[in-house]
Amino acid sequence: MQMRLRVWRQKNRDTQGSLVDYAVDDVSSEMSFLEMLDVLNERLAGEGDDPIAFDHDCREGICGTCSLMINGQAHGPNRATTTCQLHMRSFEDGDTIRIEPWRAAAFPVLKDLVVDRAPLDAIVQAGGYISVNTGSAPDANLIPIGKPVADRAMDAAACIGCGACVAQCPNGAGQLFTAAKVSQLALLPQGKPERTKRVRSMVATMEDYFGSCSNFGECEAVCPKEISLDFIAVMNREYVRAALVSDPGD
Amino acid sequence: MLNLYRSAVGKKVLMALTGLMLFGFVLGHMVGNLKIYQGPEKLNAYAEWLREVGSPAVPHGGVLWIARIGLLAAVGIHILSAWQLTRMSRKARPHDYAKLESVQLTYASRTMRWGGVIVALFVVYHLMHLTWGSLHSDFIPGDAYHNVVAGFQVLPISLFYIVAQVALALHLNHGLWSLFQSLGWNHPSINPWRRRLAGAFAAIVFIGNVSFPIAVLTGLVA
Ligand code: HEM
Ligand code: FES
Repeated sequence: MQMRLRVWRQKNRDTQGSLVDYAVDDVSSEMSFLEMLDVLNERLAGEGDDPIAFDHDCREGICGTCSLMINGQAHGPNRATTTCQLHMRSFEDGDTIRIEPWRAAAFPVLKDLVVDRAPLDAIVQAGGYISVNTGSAPDANLIPIGKPVADRAMDAAACIGCGACVAQCPNGAGQLFTAAKVSQLALLPQGKPERTKRVRSMVATMEDYFGSCSNFGECEAVCPKEISLDFIAVMNREYVRAALVSDPGD
Repeated sequence: MLNLYRSAVGKKVLMALTGLMLFGFVLGHMVGNLKIYQGPEKLNAYAEWLREVGSPAVPHGGVLWIARIGLLAAVGIHILSAWQLTRMSRKARPHDYAKLESVQLTYASRTMRWGGVIVALFVVYHLMHLTWGSLHSDFIPGDAYHNVVAGFQVLPISLFYIVAQVALALHLNHGLWSLFQSLGWNHPSINPWRRRLAGAFAAIVFIGNVSFPIAVLTGLVA
């Protein structure tokens, strides 16, 4: 296959970037999208050019490191697929593919396609944990949890924190990510003791960086882990509850 | 209230609550106006009852005025929140993509802002047209039936009402679903029904409201 790429190139945080055209021949339909970029980068390096910087790590669709806005869609055209798990057979020979970094005020471009996603970490640091005393591990199954509840919490916990939801949202909102992180704990008994403080501070941190949710549903559509919009309602309910109660110790 | 207003998630809660109030009004308004099909006496008696209700406990028109003030406050909170949240979202994405594809974005959801503005302008027009009568050459205070019929016999006015109802129906189609989200009304067993419920209520309001100009234009109500 022969591909024509339009790739966002930007030296660093403080310079202006632009879309640059590249032609890549000898692309196999079995290659992953990132392998195709590897092929291009090898050529660029051989020609003495700066290779294109992009984020990746596991390349197995589980770490949440890869990103890329491919033809205006986060992680490309396939549902429930990270960029690293996207293969060139999803494109046609001769296609032009536009590759841009995640865009959001909170995600500054560091170089080419690499953005700083630290605000997502800040949201987790604000309350995405439970406090437990250290010591010997407690017995398993000490706290009985019904299967439907456990399954639902697990669905929220599937979030790999890639930031596609923010990148796709026309409002640049961080709701789906934050909702997944709030819900995975709020739905379980272990998460209940700190629930009031958790949702207050995680939402406040989210709002320091991101836009406001209009329930468009674009986040859900591009999420590689298919996190449901319903979790946003779970978070909102937690938030309304927190606004109405005054827990001791908050 | 004030606490909620400080955060964006809280503002959406207030928008959902005020949106629900406004929807309640819109639905009641439509149902009340169905009296037009029972003839002038019934409709005008209903209009008079709106002013009488509650008396002698409250003075003439008292309940009506309380409702008006409540609605005005709801509209104010709704629009102010919409304005501030829109600004917040614009700031969150200053540099956009060459082209952002939409995946499952609906027409109704992405027209909430301008659609809302159209609805607001329509409401002002509607008040001038049929409440204050300032746009009517042949407005008779107290004769709602006559004013509606005379008003809708003008074709462009009827068409404008119908267009505004399309905007309102779209706004409600997304808004009534969205409010379940904003208020956290969700449960695996009701979630599949939320969108359909919103669509059905938007359709009920739409069909009821557009039936009035159409009935006048076709001579069904004269
Ligand atoms: C008859 C009048 C109206 C009714 C019944 C109504 C109803 C609603 C409802 C139920 C919502 C959903 C709230 C939520 O997402 O939780 C909503 C959202 C919204 N309304 Fe209205 N509304 C009305 C008038 C207006 C007006 C006059 C404006 C603006 C000028 C407006 C602007 C908006 C916007 C922008 C949203 C979306 C907010 C967001 O999701 O970010 N609405 N409306
Ligand atoms: S590189 Fe780990 S999810 Fe794509």
